[in-house]
Amino acid sequence: MGRTISEKILSKESSSEAYAGDFVTARIESAMAQDGTAPLTIKAIEEMGGGEVWDPERIILVMDHTVPSASVGTSSLHKSMREFAEEKNIENLYYGEGICHQIMVEKGHVKPGTVTVGADSHTCTYGALGAFGTGIGSTEMAGVFLSGKLWFKVPETMKFEVTGVMSDMVMAKDLALKIAGEIGSDGATYKAVEYSGEPIEEMSIGERMTLSNLAVEMGAKTGLVEPDEKVERFLEGRVDEEFELVKNDEDADFEETIEFDADDLVPQLAFPHLTDNVKPISAGEGIELDQVFLGTCTNGRLSDLRAAAEILKGKKVHPNVRVLVNPASKETYLNALGEGIIETFLEAGCVVNNPGCGPCAGSHQGILASEETCLSTANRNFKGRMGSEQSEIYLCSPVTAAVSAIEGRITDPREVS
Amino acid sequence: MENIEGNVWKFGDDVSTDLIISGKYKFKTLDMGELSKHAMEGADPEFSGKVDEGDVMVAGENFGCGSSREQAPLVLKELGIGAIISKFFARIFFRNAINVGIPVIEHEKIPDETSEGDKLKIDLNNGKVENLSTGKVYDVDPLPDFLLQILEDGGLVEQYRKKGKFQWED
Repeated sequence: MGRTISEKILSKESSSEAYAGDFVTARIESAMAQDGTAPLTIKAIEEMGGGEVWDPERIILVMDHTVPSASVGTSSLHKSMREFAEEKNIENLYYGEGICHQIMVEKGHVKPGTVTVGADSHTCTYGALGAFGTGIGSTEMAGVFLSGKLWFKVPETMKFEVTGVMSDMVMAKDLALKIAGEIGSDGATYKAVEYSGEPIEEMSIGERMTLSNLAVEMGAKTGLVEPDEKVERFLEGRVDEEFELVKNDEDADFEETIEFDADDLVPQLAFPHLTDNVKPISAGEGIELDQVFLGTCTNGRLSDLRAAAEILKGKKVHPNVRVLVNPASKETYLNALGEGIIETFLEAGCVVNNPGCGPCAGSHQGILASEETCLSTANRNFKGRMGSEQSEIYLCSPVTAAVSAIEGRITDPREVS
Repeated sequence: MENIEGNVWKFGDDVSTDLIISGKYKFKTLDMGELSKHAMEGADPEFSGKVDEGDVMVAGENFGCGSSREQAPLVLKELGIGAIISKFFARIFFRNAINVGIPVIEHEKIPDETSEGDKLKIDLNNGKVENLSTGKVYDVDPLPDFLLQILEDGGLVEQYRKKGKFQWED
């Protein structure tokens, strides 16, 4: 019987012939924890006796969620990460370099055809490179740091077959939101999802990462795109070792194949307080905004910033709106500087923060007050996530964010383009 | 494992880890005593003060969706939550809860047939949940043995301390 990408990767990495439903113990290629999760991992390792880690070169520690630190408490947690890295000879310690998932991909820590775990739910993003990336918790990460292995239940795969052509001002984020809305926040729980079809083949790696990133908002274990030569090109100069582009067998058994037609896709909006509360942009047009946030592991990449800057060029953001930009990484920031994108943002009246998660998780750089409304390019709009429990978050694409920032209210990007 | 007996606290669908413990607090400290004061405060600001040892959270679908933060099950454990019952759990929360030693039970009917304040008795060894207030008894699918073993050992850290290795290294 043929096998899916997940079944093939987990078989290869567990030296077994595994199919969906089987339990396997897989070899871990790389393991990442960030400043919201690593401190608990470090504590667990201490409680487990403080033994040596399995391979310091395969462990990546990223300070990104609250960087620079905004409190003594956070600074102490960051300090514990630095001390742990020093003690265990972990050289992959990143501070201020950007969001963990962007760094993992840019710095070559993610290898197609292998298993990477991260103590962060959006580790599913690495599926865009044909890697089995999945999120785990801190204590389990301690287990991985010490053993280099972990148990998995091999997931069924739910395949989204996308056809048609996406219109101008409709972005990968709109497709991702549309699918999340249809499937629901639990529609792919315990499963792998895979995005396929011509529009996906035409997307850049960055755009595919936007799709894969939202897989966990449907409950999925990972969000795959069958890897092609674009993956190889992207990883040139990033991954030195050889890797395999693992593809589905022709007779692979998908649990379900769901078709989406991109022809009719319009800009989408996720309403408070769940990512799957998705409606066409027309349903939210005119909602007045206090803050617009452009960034995150979903939409903080160069292509996202570029699309927003094209709209903001020569314009001013609305005086009642605070517009915050966090490039996803230092590489993104430098490229955006080179293209004049950062200058465009600053001249338009945006606040450009350092690379990192920014206000997405509610710890700093733009916390919402009660009764405030934020339009964000992030992946989550849970109640209270960015501040007050009485604030509201709407999710959208970078071009919708940019157009709405100028108008001061939620606006269809097709109306002003 | 010893039986769990406690009162029910009811919640709806899609209880996110942000709701269980907000990012406003969790990036600042590992002190679960401090963090647990804010547990579930978006749903019920008084929650942390009302919970007794062994109480059971019963929710609709997709409990623990969202981020991978293990602080979520940890603050509930700190408050003394004895078990969580949901129609199904988000997968990272499911693993995290077991790894920190909180039993998680998936059941279609219990969430619909249980009210806030009911008293539940949970026998994980025999896969039974009894609602002492309504008299109904439910069979629950047992967890795979290796997960039950983690719970019996008191979580993954305790298991490693006892055995000097992880089960997946066998």
